[in-house]
Amino acid sequence: MPTRRAALRLLAGACAAPGFARAQGFAGLGSDAQGYAVPDPRRALVFPTDHGPHPRFRIEWWYITANLTGPDGAVYGIQWTLFRQAIAPDPQATGWGASDLWLAHGAVTSAGAHRSAEQFARGGVGQAGVVAGPPFAAYIDDWALAGGDLAGHGAPLTLTANGPRFSYALTLSADGPLALHGDGGFSVKSDRGQASRYYSQPWYQAAGQITIDGADTAVTGRAWLDREWSSQPLAADQDGWDWFSLRLPSGAALMLFRLRHTDGGHFLSGSWIAPDGTTEVVLAADIALTPLAHAEVAGRMVPTRWRIEVRSRGVDQVLTPLNQDAWMDTSFAYWEGPVQGDAGAIGYLEMTGY
Amino acid sequence: MTLRRPGGAAPAFRTTLTTLLSHWTRRPSQLLALIVGLMSATALWSGVQALNAEARGSYARAANSFAGGGLPMLTAADGGAMSEAAFGALRRAGWKVSPIVEGWVELHGRRLRVLGVDPVSLPRGMGLDALAPGGAGTGDGTPADFLRPPWRMLIAPETAAEIGVTAGDAIAPLPAAIVSPLAGPGIALMDIGAAQAVLGRPGQIDRLLIAPGLRADLPDPSAVTGIALINRPPPARADLDALTESFHLNLTAFGMLSFLVGLFIVHAAIGLAFEQRLPLMRTLRAAGIAAGALALALGVELLGIAVVAGAAGLAAGYAIAGALLPDVAATLRGLYGAEAPDALSLSPWWWAAGLGMTLAGAAAASGGAIWRAARLPALSVAQPEAWRTAQLRALRRQRIAAVAVAAAAGLFWAVAPGLLAGFALMAGLMLTAALTLPSVLAVVLAFGARRARGPVSGWAWADARQQISGLSLALMALLLALATNVGVGSMVQGFRDVFHGWLDHRLSADIYLRAEDAGQADRLAIWLSARGDVIAVLPRWTAEGPVGGWPTELNGFTDHPKLRATWPLIAQIPDAWALSASGAGALVSEQLSRRLNLSLGDLVSVPTPTGEWALTVAGIYADYGNPKGQMLVANRALAAHWPGAERLRFGLHVPPGTAPGLMAALRDDFGLSNDQMIDQATIKGQSRAIFERTFTVTSALNALTLGVAGAALLTALLTLGAARLPQTAPLWAMGLPRRQIAMLELSRTTALALMTAVVAIPLGIALAWILVAVVNPEAFGWRLPLRLYPMDWLVLAGMSALTALLASLPSAWRLARTPPARLLATFAGER
Repeated sequence: MPTRRAALRLLAGACAAPGFARAQGFAGLGSDAQGYAVPDPRRALVFPTDHGPHPRFRIEWWYITANLTGPDGAVYGIQWTLFRQAIAPDPQATGWGASDLWLAHGAVTSAGAHRSAEQFARGGVGQAGVVAGPPFAAYIDDWALAGGDLAGHGAPLTLTANGPRFSYALTLSADGPLALHGDGGFSVKSDRGQASRYYSQPWYQAAGQITIDGADTAVTGRAWLDREWSSQPLAADQDGWDWFSLRLPSGAALMLFRLRHTDGGHFLSGSWIAPDGTTEVVLAADIALTPLAHAEVAGRMVPTRWRIEVRSRGVDQVLTPLNQDAWMDTSFAYWEGPVQGDAGAIGYLEMTGY
Repeated sequence: MTLRRPGGAAPAFRTTLTTLLSHWTRRPSQLLALIVGLMSATALWSGVQALNAEARGSYARAANSFAGGGLPMLTAADGGAMSEAAFGALRRAGWKVSPIVEGWVELHGRRLRVLGVDPVSLPRGMGLDALAPGGAGTGDGTPADFLRPPWRMLIAPETAAEIGVTAGDAIAPLPAAIVSPLAGPGIALMDIGAAQAVLGRPGQIDRLLIAPGLRADLPDPSAVTGIALINRPPPARADLDALTESFHLNLTAFGMLSFLVGLFIVHAAIGLAFEQRLPLMRTLRAAGIAAGALALALGVELLGIAVVAGAAGLAAGYAIAGALLPDVAATLRGLYGAEAPDALSLSPWWWAAGLGMTLAGAAAASGGAIWRAARLPALSVAQPEAWRTAQLRALRRQRIAAVAVAAAAGLFWAVAPGLLAGFALMAGLMLTAALTLPSVLAVVLAFGARRARGPVSGWAWADARQQISGLSLALMALLLALATNVGVGSMVQGFRDVFHGWLDHRLSADIYLRAEDAGQADRLAIWLSARGDVIAVLPRWTAEGPVGGWPTELNGFTDHPKLRATWPLIAQIPDAWALSASGAGALVSEQLSRRLNLSLGDLVSVPTPTGEWALTVAGIYADYGNPKGQMLVANRALAAHWPGAERLRFGLHVPPGTAPGLMAALRDDFGLSNDQMIDQATIKGQSRAIFERTFTVTSALNALTLGVAGAALLTALLTLGAARLPQTAPLWAMGLPRRQIAMLELSRTTALALMTAVVAIPLGIALAWILVAVVNPEAFGWRLPLRLYPMDWLVLAGMSALTALLASLPSAWRLARTPPARLLATFAGER
């Protein structure tokens, strides 16, 4: 099963955060932090500087998902991800010698369709990059996320991507503050001390147009930003992860993930984000993530219905995907798509390593 | 009576085989002839096959490896370099383009094409996916190594071997090598950043490959970049198989010829051995060995010999191919731009096929003998036929076969014209001549016998006639080799003379320049026009595209008396230059005129970016060695129809002796590299070197074929020597000294060889005519005048006589020293 092997290769020397392994695998690199900076819990995040790239760290991403609704009430989702991957700890290098590689994934999902595309680029020659701003700009080829301020509080951000048989263009502006995960944006990823810097913007308002197979649809909805960077190698015994970002009817937001260990001792963590932006860590003991049903997607068995519980917060919902075939058929394939809870949660689910 | 032994058929078979084999210990020279024949047949044939297989394998690898082609591209309208900023700007406007920078470096006397690519933006499926992000890498390095200083370069195994680079070596100015078939032969493939550094061109790119499947709503690339860009179709991929077909056919023809000559030897040796073993085989039959078993034993014996000789022949073939391959590679590179390796790497199939060919050849050469053995009656008396009757019958059969072969070749030629038919005509002519040779010699000798005075002379003529049967195959082989020598020699020497004269005219300018970009071209033009030591500056604008479906170079010219005076035209209409200078006419290369069947005054339609361009064929010129078509048109007219025509090239006429000084000044003031600037003497030297190497292989094969023919003669005479005792013994008995008999033997063989040479000369001339008038126009697109070199023929005739003399020397020597007792013994009535 070549796809499975690809996933395993991707995970060899593995990683704890969603996307980490993909970004890491994409440059075919080893995975120790040698020569790179290591996340420092004593350093407070500073904006807008930290919206920009951190070239001393090995990997980094700007990750947006949105749950959208058309004029007829039909539900859609989009994904836009830009990864930066250093291939050498040499932030000074320029031109073709620059040490950054860039990778982007884009997708649109409806109940009946899922379209995806990817882009590769090198830094240093104007093909891809991120500028903290203001104005903020992240771009790779003709895909971009650009506007006044990544936090969404200035001039609106525009988000564009296109691929075979799809495109979208959205404007984003936030009506809530940034949420810093873990301890002031220092997010622990394993029991062995691996960590990353990690913050989100769960409160974007999104509006614009999506095009699937040539048909345009005006959409509005909510979008979620994840920003994360790190350098550290993560546990080698993790064979994939399940990651959830959810907005709850109460107005709160919830981020949960489960890193699946080969021995079954999964690493679980999350953040409870109150409407005012205050963020509290959700402890592993408080979380239960239970696959209820599997379906065959792209030749593998993938969980398609989940029961999620955060006991201390009274969360207990069964999540169903908008489209169970939301398979990202990219160089490193994985499942990512919009989900809906039976008690009103709405958000995105990412599953890798299946 | 049947021979019965305990144990049945198997021991009987073994006995038969042992008995038959004992013959070879008594006649080792026959065994030697057989082995030499099989070996030479196998060696040259398999050697040529090895050369062809190696070169074709290389073409196939080239087609599958990355050489930067196959996609449409954006280039600067002025044909020069552009800033790499254009790449980022276009990508961000949605253009899926990938930058390429290229140039040349000279390493250990070998020019290496430096190709700089960006594996990250290169469209997938171009052959470098292993280097793309997430790719498998190259085994010696990860994609990251390739993309980062100090960088790596990929180099094909054969190219690495040729320039003496092994994996991990970094020979300045190149980065460390990864030996990988991903790189096309002759190419140093590296990251674009590395290539810019190696070529000293930071920030520059030459072209942008366009990925398939672009969106339709993309903005104009010139507007995006602020650089005038042109969207060009992918360059027609030179179909190396088709281009080089004639060259390989040539080699194959030589290989086949040698194979046949070798089989002549085999046939002669087997035939003789059969004759001599007839009494033995009759005895075996009489002793109860079945005819089938006898034939089987003969077959097994031959199989054993063929396997041994074939293996030795393969080893020799491998050595021959190894020795010739560098020349073949140089020829292919110089003449066709095709890369072939310098070292052999043959598959087991080559060995198997070579051995198979030997076995098939041995079976064909011995089929008759085995067939006769299988039908040998159990009881019969030895009935030596009167040789005269047998010879007459054989000669008649050969004449009938000659007529049939000639008719078949003529018929083939009539119905299937083309290169193959040209070779068929050649083969037919040669076979016909070979089959007729014994009859011609018989007639000449009969004539000589009638004129002979004295008994010894009469005997000598008659004996020579008698000898024709035994020697005819060797003489046929000699005829073929000599005729090939005359024909190929005339062709090569004629071509050499024509080519050198043509070069002198064709390279009329003293210095050839190529500017880096349009800006430099403009500056060069101003700089040159201001100098007093430049007689004329002739800009040569260029474009390339298919004309009539054939890749064609369009070369612009500026009308100048210097050009008119020197440019050689094969044919022209009145005012050819004026018409071409006006933009209404064109001078076309001979190859193009043949390919498109164009005559003077015809209209040729050239597809251009601005539409079809109709041009009158005003003149035709020779363009030897160019696999593409070529047209000479007025610069201004070219630019009007082809706004993107490259305007970077110049030809300079300067007073004698001033070229080096001017080139030094150009180097100082413009930093022009040797790649951009070349003087006439250097180009001529290079062109002549390419030419000579092209025919090195031909000459070598030619000499080898002659060698095989000599071996044929030698073995035939060796085998005949013993058999001839009954003929020579009576002379001795009648008082002729042995020394004189030996001299007679020598002079007779030499005379036969000379006669063969006399027949070979007209045959060779006919062959040369087929080569220059039929094969060359078909194969290369140019026709050469037939030139004759009688001095060469004299040398050749002398050489063949010498070959024959040397070949007959051992048997004559033996005859002169044969003890009288043995000569007497021939009268004891053994037979």
